[in-house]
Amino acid sequence: MRLISFGTILFLFWLALSGYFKPFLLIGGIVCTLFVLYAARRMKLIDSESYPAHLFPAASTYWPWLLWEIVKAGWSVTKAVLRPKLDISPTMTRVVATQATPECIATYGNSITLTPGTITTRVDGNILTVHALERGGAIDLEEGGMDARVTQFERGR
Amino acid sequence: MILIDVASWLLILAGCFFILTGAFGMLRLPDLYTRMHSASLIETLGAGLLFAGLMLQAGFTQATIKLFFILLLFFLTGPVITHALAQAALEFGIKPKLTEDRRGRLDDDGKAPASDNDGRPS
Repeated sequence: MRLISFGTILFLFWLALSGYFKPFLLIGGIVCTLFVLYAARRMKLIDSESYPAHLFPAASTYWPWLLWEIVKAGWSVTKAVLRPKLDISPTMTRVVATQATPECIATYGNSITLTPGTITTRVDGNILTVHALERGGAIDLEEGGMDARVTQFERGR
Repeated sequence: MILIDVASWLLILAGCFFILTGAFGMLRLPDLYTRMHSASLIETLGAGLLFAGLMLQAGFTQATIKLFFILLLFFLTGPVITHALAQAALEFGIKPKLTEDRRGRLDDDGKAPASDNDGRPS
């Protein structure tokens, strides 16, 4: 099942990037897809961590939410950088990731890093060490709004 | 399609603004870690808006699909690289300039240390 959906995505990816629709080349694309599938299966690359198909539906609402967070955080970093009198308050803190699976802890850590103004500098189990450009960014993470949203994402919503 | 042209130019100009701001911040901010925050402004808002503008210019073509995949690659690899750089710098011993260090608020088990309640290291 996982293999079939992965193969379909691989072939659509090939199709989108090549843009060829001649029968001969299409067959070539299918052969390539099957070969990649075979190799990936032999190397046991396709598991729930490398290909989290069960998270795709939830990702469709998570990504827009994350993009909006990026816009808000990006704007506050922009203001901090352009303020005539430099007035930043770099802060480091530790936060707990309440997600159960490694791929969702990674999602949380990467979401923190992707949001301007906060960087995950260390991951120990489910403790993330975070560097924030401004104290407010660190406090926001400690309050756990983003953590709760990623946990909700993990549960498939 | 003058409307699409205007929208795409607005997006491209906004992207340029954030890229320039990010570059300016990388020069202005005081240390490695704060400069990385400024750099992440470039790879998220800067690249994102610029690519959105370029996608509008390309319209419904294959180029738009390719631009989308490049942007996706940015968003997936960017934080990994940033994280690797920050962790390597910390391990190497480059001390961040901090106004407040709240790392003491949790010990390695994720519990608040008993000695202090306000989150400051004692």
